[in-house]
Amino acid sequence: MKTIKNIVILVYIASIFAACSNNEDPIVINEEEVITTVRATLIPQNGGATIILESKDLDGDGPNEPVITVSGALDKNKTFAATLEILNETESPADNVTLEILEEAVDHQFFFSFTNNIATATYTDQDSNGNPVGVKFNVLTGSAGAGTFTIILRHEPNKSATGVITGDITNAGGATDLQVTFDITVI
Amino acid sequence: MTQKIFLCALFCILFFTGYAQNCSYTFKGTVTDYHDGTSIFGATVYLKNLDRYTTTDYQGKFEIKNLCKGELQVIFSHVSCETKEVLINLTEDTFKEFNLEHHIEDLKEVRITSATGLKNKTAQTTVLKTDIIDKYSSQNLGDALKNISGVSSVNTGNTIVKPMINGLHSSRVILMTNGVRLQDQEWGIEHAPNIDINTAEKITVIKGANALEFGGDAIGGVIVVEPNRIILKDSLYGKSILTGQTNGQGFSLHSSLSKSTKKGWYLNAKTTLKNYGDFESPDYVLTNTGLKSQAFSVQTGLKKFESGFNVYYTYLKNEIGILKSSHLGNIEDLVNAINSDNPLVVDDFSYTINAPRQEVTHQLVKADLYKRYKKLGKLKVQYDYQNNQRLEFDLRIGADKNKPAIDLNLSSHAVNTSFEFDSKSNQTYKVGFMGAYQNNFADPNTGVKRLIPDYDKYDLGVFTIGNFLLNDKTSLDVGVRYDFNYINAKKFYFKSRWRERNYDNEFSTLIIGDFNTQWLVNPEFKYHNFSSSLGVSHELNPQNSFIFNYALASRAPNPSELFSDGLHHSAARIELGDLRMKQETSNRLSTSYHFNNEKTALLVELFVNHIRNFMYIEPNGTEQTIRGAFPVWIYKSTNASLFGIDINWLQKITDQINFNNKTSFIRGKDIVNSTDLIDIPAAKTQNSFGYTNKKWHQFNANFESEFVFKQNLFPDTNFEVFIPTTNSNVLVDVSSTPNSYHLLNFNTDATFKLSQKTNVTIGITVTNILNTNYREYLNRLRYFADDLGRNYLLQLNFKY
Repeated sequence: MKTIKNIVILVYIASIFAACSNNEDPIVINEEEVITTVRATLIPQNGGATIILESKDLDGDGPNEPVITVSGALDKNKTFAATLEILNETESPADNVTLEILEEAVDHQFFFSFTNNIATATYTDQDSNGNPVGVKFNVLTGSAGAGTFTIILRHEPNKSATGVITGDITNAGGATDLQVTFDITVI
Repeated sequence: MTQKIFLCALFCILFFTGYAQNCSYTFKGTVTDYHDGTSIFGATVYLKNLDRYTTTDYQGKFEIKNLCKGELQVIFSHVSCETKEVLINLTEDTFKEFNLEHHIEDLKEVRITSATGLKNKTAQTTVLKTDIIDKYSSQNLGDALKNISGVSSVNTGNTIVKPMINGLHSSRVILMTNGVRLQDQEWGIEHAPNIDINTAEKITVIKGANALEFGGDAIGGVIVVEPNRIILKDSLYGKSILTGQTNGQGFSLHSSLSKSTKKGWYLNAKTTLKNYGDFESPDYVLTNTGLKSQAFSVQTGLKKFESGFNVYYTYLKNEIGILKSSHLGNIEDLVNAINSDNPLVVDDFSYTINAPRQEVTHQLVKADLYKRYKKLGKLKVQYDYQNNQRLEFDLRIGADKNKPAIDLNLSSHAVNTSFEFDSKSNQTYKVGFMGAYQNNFADPNTGVKRLIPDYDKYDLGVFTIGNFLLNDKTSLDVGVRYDFNYINAKKFYFKSRWRERNYDNEFSTLIIGDFNTQWLVNPEFKYHNFSSSLGVSHELNPQNSFIFNYALASRAPNPSELFSDGLHHSAARIELGDLRMKQETSNRLSTSYHFNNEKTALLVELFVNHIRNFMYIEPNGTEQTIRGAFPVWIYKSTNASLFGIDINWLQKITDQINFNNKTSFIRGKDIVNSTDLIDIPAAKTQNSFGYTNKKWHQFNANFESEFVFKQNLFPDTNFEVFIPTTNSNVLVDVSSTPNSYHLLNFNTDATFKLSQKTNVTIGITVTNILNTNYREYLNRLRYFADDLGRNYLLQLNFKY
């Protein structure tokens, strides 16, 4: 008799749990920190066409590859004043991640590299410690040719390590927040 | 002899009572065993107020004649039973039945073992007791379990230690704590079991799925953690263990206090505090590897023979730092880390725990009650509730800096009932029912895509097991179990991922919402799992015995195998589950040989485990994102076969010196692809010499050598990736295993009496005496840094 009573109690308890499940749909998350877009605007000094390099990956960490566009070729032996824009376009309006990077400029640094010696880059901005950040930089093209231009953003790099402030990534350490490569031509 | 005395006493009594006046009543009765109703022969029946004795005959009957009207104080006693006292008011000739319980010591052994399904010596079980558990007071459950041959661990650093039984871990190992199956997101490799080792007084490891009572999915095995035994006498006792260690420059303090009464009431409370800073390898500080842990538990109840209850609550909070240099931005960082001998970030020693870090809080409440029915058995009913709150903090920027990247709350309810028919001494049966409900909630405030989705899960299970003592030397154990699992999840998929995974054809009906770039999907899966076990133990003679075992187990895929979907920053990898996963089924055959004489104890355990649809995660190419390339790790399934041998040999050299060897070897094959399985522990041998001298304050000293071979059998999952910085293709070597290593450890302790009831054991331990640099294959941080360097540990263990 008691056993039956116990079973009844159990069934009762079990039914409470069954009843308390909720059926609400979860809220969609539009990732806040995803970087979908990197845009470098290169304005040639002393006139000429502005060049825009863009890498856009709207599914973030999803399987689609980033879409890379380069608006045109760069003139040879010319200095370009370059500015980076880092955006999260999964949000509307797009979130300007550049501002967050600048807020923590001490903990961030961009590194630039070119293949085939088609160009070099120099920093034109500074964090509060007087070290480079790389949101603003100059590109100096060499003679005509084709190669790649890679932009890397490191989070918490060791800016005091050898060569880092001159733009050498070898000893920088830290974690990579962004890495894009553009095929460019210098004419 | 005793019988003669009793008979003599009886005659004397009869002789003297012959003179009594007006007293002609007779008090008759039988004395039987409570459990099986059998008559107890030779029990003493003593009338205290009259100072008269008699004993029971073969049928358990007794008779005392010529008694006067009035109250009788009757005391029943028997060699192997608890003494029982009753008051009888004699007004006429009286016949009564009395039950005696088995002797308390016997009872405990029998009860405890059968209550946890361990009575079946037919399974491959090993027990760790307080002496070993106390030594690991400052460490992890997983560390202590490595004392068992065949048990290893899969680590993330040295504070996240997941036990591995015969090469299997996570969801394949059930962890029972005080009768409750731990539900703490055990699927993840970097999820340490949420259990304070100090709550244990006894830890039992059952290899394989032979303990069906706990679940049918323990393809690896079951770890049973049991708290204090309740002592049925009026007492107040406790202990405090203080451990300090040089590596990590920290301490651990554990204290417990227990109160019990003769009537069976008890109350005990335990608390543990741990605080460590950065640990150190022989050459450098392992930056951001500190640990802060707080644990508390309280338990109360009533333990009587016929009935009782237990209420238990535990709280555990762990804040664990993850090696700073293991945080990677993309595959290039991984390549750099693998190619660098030293970690890329080494800072000065600190107690501060920064991101990446985990903050996990686990709470458990349990209530159970039992009632014993005469000549039938024992009914047990239990309810438990667990809440697991898991926060993982990553290196984030801006306003999100202090926001967790993972915020999962898992709450689980379970009801268990069982009835054990134990009235017959040579055969016992147990039937049981289990019902459970679980809810996972992933907080969207993280702003990071959910790695594990929201879900509701229901489980039902029924089992029956039987133990049969075929004769003095052979016992047999049979069990069957059925489990039903139902999972109902709501998950967002990127439309691009949904397509890439080819879910469109098979699962398009699951889509319930369209959110721009994402689908909301409602997967509902049902699994029917059958499991069974068979065990035979046979004793050839007192020295030699054998065990044979077979277990069929099946396990439904866990949420991470089904739903994982996202970038795991702490590992710099994209992890993908698969909705098509079917349950895995294991057929395990094992045998043990045990030899035992005065000088030697040898245990050899062999097993073969064939697993159909074995689920595992393995690197599978890379995916390009704006952060760079990431390796993709995909859950796959195959048919696998594992076999292994575990040896434990204890040899007494003299009365004071002993030698111990523990060796284990295991191999895992993917039968479908004819390759080796990933993450199979390397062969290992531990040899130690121990010296004990009871006269010198119970002095012990133990010197141990631990040799771990290089794992030469591993699948090649290396892949090539283009590194833009160097403009070259690089082979990413994620498969190669670390070299073999040899560690020396030393431990000594002695016990001093402080007062009548207080003593202190002082212990000194040195691990990795030679400060050897080594890396362990099954430590996920092996790509980044060496394992722990030398560590001096001082422990004071007060018992009062």
